Amino acid sequence: MAIMPHSGAPGRLATLRLLAQRFAFVALVLASFMLMLLGKADTLLIERVRLVVQDTAAPVLDVMSRPAAAVAQLFASVREIARIRADNVRLKEENERLLHWQTVARRLDEENRALHGQLNYVPDPATSFITARVVGDTGGAFVDSMLVNAGSRDGVRKGEAVFAGEAMVGRIAEVGLRFARVLLLTDINSHLPVMIEGSHAKAILSGENSDRPRLNYLSPNAVVQPGDRVMTSGDGGAFPPGLPIGVVSSVQDGAPSVEPFVHRYQLEYVAIVNYGLPGIIDGEAGEEGSSQ
Amino acid sequence: MRHTLPFVATLLLILLVATPTRLPGFASIAPQLPLASIFYWAIYRPDLLRPWAAFVLGAIADTIAGTPLGVSSLMFLAVQGMAGSQRRILGRSFLMAWWGFALVGGGAMLLEWAATSLELVKLLPVRALAFQYLMTLTVYPLLAWAFARAQVALLQRS
Repeated sequence: MAIMPHSGAPGRLATLRLLAQRFAFVALVLASFMLMLLGKADTLLIERVRLVVQDTAAPVLDVMSRPAAAVAQLFASVREIARIRADNVRLKEENERLLHWQTVARRLDEENRALHGQLNYVPDPATSFITARVVGDTGGAFVDSMLVNAGSRDGVRKGEAVFAGEAMVGRIAEVGLRFARVLLLTDINSHLPVMIEGSHAKAILSGENSDRPRLNYLSPNAVVQPGDRVMTSGDGGAFPPGLPIGVVSSVQDGAPSVEPFVHRYQLEYVAIVNYGLPGIIDGEAGEEGSSQ
Repeated sequence: MRHTLPFVATLLLILLVATPTRLPGFASIAPQLPLASIFYWAIYRPDLLRPWAAFVLGAIADTIAGTPLGVSSLMFLAVQGMAGSQRRILGRSFLMAWWGFALVGGGAMLLEWAATSLELVKLLPVRALAFQYLMTLTVYPLLAWAFARAQVALLQRS
């Protein structure tokens, strides 16, 4: 393309070529819109192609994320050294408190087991989990999702709950062979049935692409105060009830906002938990039925 | 082989943007480096990064980021089209290019916002986008400098 003809018939050729280029450009713009429509329709072909691209990119991202993690770790350790004394005091206090709680928990566990025995209680299905590393923190301003380096070959299934420490941070939205995409609770597409600890008031936790998701559809006479713990309600059958999520941070102007226990930037390793519950997530049960 | 530099560089930037930094709040305002790359090559070597390449790179970016498919393709093509049509003016000096990127990049990111909002049928918050725009604008000189070095080293024909 670098050699431009200068006169006569070749000149016409150049015009034609320019026209062809214009046409190709317009065609590609239209193709982008087509892609948007196709993506919206959730076709199987698009899904497959996406998975292939991501499966190819996942190992590369895995490698690239290692030095980034090392740098982050360096900064973190510098910060930690600065705080070591204060942390020590705090941890000692916390340990004392937790030891007390451990005694309480042991007693409650005993009691619980005894009561289960008396009631012929049907136990929840056994849980299993997979630990994975976050290799991609993606989406920029519009999507709050992450790529982790475990996929279907490791036993990850769509819809499973994702934990960091004890707190739920999201769920698996997409599964490739070697990677899975975690849709965080803060994503604008995330809606999760939750309840307030204590009062058991039900609500839907909706992401807003900000740090703090909001409680929607809270019953009007429910009393919610800052500091109340929010956990899953188990409605819908996708997750068991009582998984911790965060605390209510403010209750001004309508829907209260929730401060998650774990923030997006803190995620390095996550646990993907299978509760053995069927769940009703994005019609995924039907998909699974057809693929088997 | 050397002529794949613009494509490969943009692809690497797409992956780089996706690596987790674990900095508080950084993920949502991380600069749109691939956009700057598309802009740069559209001005200085449009023959090495054709519209189809921008389209493919956009699709890859969307797939990796989990944004609605087609949105980045549209944004990349828009930047390439706008920058390419004004490349004689924008290519005159670095400041001219930077100023052009402020306009073209801003327009493209607004387009991205509109397209994503349309796709998700929700009005997305603009605050993070504004910061992302400023970050991208700030990083552009550094990226342009690196590209210029690479261009001189690998692509300059006598």
